Amino acid sequence: MTAADQRVQDYPFNRPEGLDLAPAYGAARTAPGMIRVQLPFGEPAWLATRYDDARFVLGDRRFSRAASVDRDEPRVQFHRGSGGILAMDPPDHTRLRVLVASAFTVRRVERLRPRVREIADRLVADMRAAGSPTDLVEAFALPLPVQVICELLGVPAEDRHLFRAWSDGLLSTAALTAEEFARNDQELSAYMAGLVAQRREEPADDLMSALIAARADDVERLTERELVELCVGVLVAGHETTATQIPNFVHVLLTRPDRLAELRADPDLIPAAVEELMRFVPLGATSAFARYATEDVQVGAVLVRKGDPVLAAIGSANHDESRFPDAGRLRFDRESTAHLGFGHGAHHCLGAALARVELQEALRALLALPGLVEAGDPVWKTQMLVRGPRTLPVAWEER
Amino acid sequence: MTWSISVDTGSCLGSGICAGSRPDIFRFHGSYAETITGTLTPDEDILDLADTCPAAAILIRDESGAELAPRP
Repeated sequence: MTAADQRVQDYPFNRPEGLDLAPAYGAARTAPGMIRVQLPFGEPAWLATRYDDARFVLGDRRFSRAASVDRDEPRVQFHRGSGGILAMDPPDHTRLRVLVASAFTVRRVERLRPRVREIADRLVADMRAAGSPTDLVEAFALPLPVQVICELLGVPAEDRHLFRAWSDGLLSTAALTAEEFARNDQELSAYMAGLVAQRREEPADDLMSALIAARADDVERLTERELVELCVGVLVAGHETTATQIPNFVHVLLTRPDRLAELRADPDLIPAAVEELMRFVPLGATSAFARYATEDVQVGAVLVRKGDPVLAAIGSANHDESRFPDAGRLRFDRESTAHLGFGHGAHHCLGAALARVELQEALRALLALPGLVEAGDPVWKTQMLVRGPRTLPVAWEER
Repeated sequence: MTWSISVDTGSCLGSGICAGSRPDIFRFHGSYAETITGTLTPDEDILDLADTCPAAAILIRDESGAELAPRP
């Protein structure tokens, strides 16, 4: 089967409001090969919707992200960012990634757990002091990962209002003009370059200082621009996704009282619950970051021609019945936890270990609120690459 | 000089970072990574990969058996 045999379907399938997986994915998973899709911008692409196909495409070196730079990459927004390390292949990608990755290993991140727990507990105490009800996003879901990533990277958390606006701009699918997008991008980079200059004068015990030291050791290894881009990438990727998944997870649990009761009864299930929720919640409003075949590659029944882009539908792969029986049910006792919620392969989420700790500690702290319920309908983000509540009103019993 | 290299499948999380970065050394088998051969010509880049494996599942030793990676 090749591209010429297939009708091209409009994409993305998912609606931005809510967390449902569009029925079109179910049909695609039972189709003989991958399907062809057309996004609002860029060239048509193959879409891998089954677990095996998606994991294969994400993990095989014959599929390139660097090749996207010279192509009209499939995307939902008009504008294109620089891509940073997400637009690189090994070994260049590995050279930069390892500089940052050493701060995010399981061992290093576990040392941060007590601090994450302290922040989560303080935010819950602040919520109780202010009284029920409140908006979970503003009161908890956003400040927790922002505080953690700011301390880790070395960015003043007081500047949150500044970089939130820039970060929103980078991840937005809204119809920004090219000038608006570029200005936003430049302002965030200039802000970060200013912080880097400060840290160079006065190093601290943070990732930014470690990167500055790595560049001082070997200027060939890390250019100044790459250093600033890495810091921007860590700041943006380091809070938006977690800040979105916290209310997503809470919404899923509060609308499934049996599962919530199970967790309350046995908090030791929280790590398993976080893995299952990572699988269960289709976070992406679309599939993005197409992989380009660098030679002809057979993917299931499809021969992907050299130069063709392939998108991996992670939410769909995580609901593939052949991999996760009873995939539509949330259950904390699954044998296989090998979900693709953090991606797979060379670009597997750099911050996965930190995200796990934050999500686990967030659930643990919030479960301590007695009688936690939704106090109104969530208002969903509509113009972002990730799906989740913009506001989620919650109430609890004041005692 | 050669190093020995192995992946601890008990701690491997299956992120695929190693096989996706260096398919000459690692491959993906089922849900876990494995090494293609148990030995390795000394290579700093592989030490870096082992250091930053999210599960610290890649173990590298030198000829004397001393652990080279993951470094703490």
